[in-house]
Amino acid sequence: MTFKERLESGKFVAVVELQPPKGNDLSEIYDWVELLRGRVDTISIPDLQHGIMRLGSLSVCVQLQGRGLESIFNLSCSNRNRLALQSELLNVSALGLSNLLLLESDPPSVGDHFDAKPVNDLDGTGLLEAAQRLQEGFDLAGNELKGKPRFFVGAPVNAMAKGQDLEREIAEMEKKVRLGAQFFVTQSIYEIGPFEQMVKRAAPLHVPIIASVTLLKSVGMARYMNQHVHGAFIPDAIIDRLMKASDKQRASIEIAGDLITALKPLCQGIQIIPIGWERQIPALLDRVGV
Amino acid sequence: MIVAERKPFEEIKEMLKGYGKVLNVGCGGCTSICLSGGQKEVDLLNGELRDVFKVNPAPLRIDGFTIERQCNGDFYSDLDEMVPGYDAVLSMACGAGVQFLAERHPERPVFPALNTLFVGADRDIGWYEENCRSCGDCVLGEMGGICPVTRCAKSILNGPCGGTSLDGKCEVSKDTPCAWYEIYDRLKKQGRLDLILKIKPAREWKNQTRKNLIHESFKKRYAK
Repeated sequence: MTFKERLESGKFVAVVELQPPKGNDLSEIYDWVELLRGRVDTISIPDLQHGIMRLGSLSVCVQLQGRGLESIFNLSCSNRNRLALQSELLNVSALGLSNLLLLESDPPSVGDHFDAKPVNDLDGTGLLEAAQRLQEGFDLAGNELKGKPRFFVGAPVNAMAKGQDLEREIAEMEKKVRLGAQFFVTQSIYEIGPFEQMVKRAAPLHVPIIASVTLLKSVGMARYMNQHVHGAFIPDAIIDRLMKASDKQRASIEIAGDLITALKPLCQGIQIIPIGWERQIPALLDRVGV
Repeated sequence: MIVAERKPFEEIKEMLKGYGKVLNVGCGGCTSICLSGGQKEVDLLNGELRDVFKVNPAPLRIDGFTIERQCNGDFYSDLDEMVPGYDAVLSMACGAGVQFLAERHPERPVFPALNTLFVGADRDIGWYEENCRSCGDCVLGEMGGICPVTRCAKSILNGPCGGTSLDGKCEVSKDTPCAWYEIYDRLKKQGRLDLILKIKPAREWKNQTRKNLIHESFKKRYAK
């Protein structure tokens, strides 16, 4: 069954996000995916995430396809204008891929080429619209296409929104669904309460939501993320737990495992973000019975 | 100076629909100089608006008041007292002035009557030309006084691009002279052609967050 078929038939999906290398050496990724083969449904490959220059999502996705593994191609608005974005979507399709995660911009100022000129020709909404139009057989300028792509389109959602922000987020989700979003992926979740609220409010949309969980490697990492990573809200309780543990790696897997166990009944899938601890994923998956 | 142009009348008319009492605020600074938003332009626009809003959809009371500059709080004492008496404010300042006014009166809708276009110089009366893009990293000294960010369609720093037409025009528009040909000619006149051979590194685009400038000598005044 493909990732799309699994989600659409209501089966729980497991996704892992693997960061492309800074360079063209894919050997490490090839090692990791062998650990994950048969254990996860698809691998999500970010594209120039956090403004850090890396190998692009497209080549990794194509190489994984060549090794019989499904992937999710990520595309953001930061670094390409509307011509390049549409062209890249067509590239994806021509290379036989169809799973997309279409994201807002990561400004270059947060990355390692911080003086780069941000593009932002289209915003997240515009990018979804582009994908929708291309599938209808037209480009954004209204020209008819020679060959229509077919995509399975994912969009991001903020799972930690509360109160008025939650209302705004639900309105955004409705807009994204109208523009063709077929599944949602959250940022890393550390608190179940707000996510539960969001899932309840989003239920009428009938669109699958995949919850992300990051492996927290250290107290320092957790604090850094709280300060610098947009959307990260790691509660003190988790940081304390990590601080008090003697075996940090084990504690990290236990924390992630507990979060996933609590999240499973609320969502349609899990995305694990290992950031360097890729080899721990099978143990984590065993722990949560995925 | 900042050059702005009045929006199409229909657009301004749309903005003001539904408001019975509007204050049109002019600016004695840049928009006055480029003949777009000064006292005269306020009166002219008010006249046009009164005519059109006579009965359709409802009569509009629109008053005019021009202050020296809308981008500086020192000039707001009279205006601040007037604004609460109106349903909405129309501003004929540049975008900076509109926002400054809006910040001082956040409970009042403030509408821009102008589109702010560029930083430029007066070519002649009624004719203004863009010269500067406020990039924050001025290289005019090495460019013979011609800005490649503004006047080159691709904002390249190591030009020309190779797309220049035989008569020296930019490939983007045949009315636009190639900025790099002009830079070359200027540097040649000054005997500084060696600068063309210098490789300029990729620019640091400082345009992602809102810029602020506090002069060193004033920093203590604002230190918390």
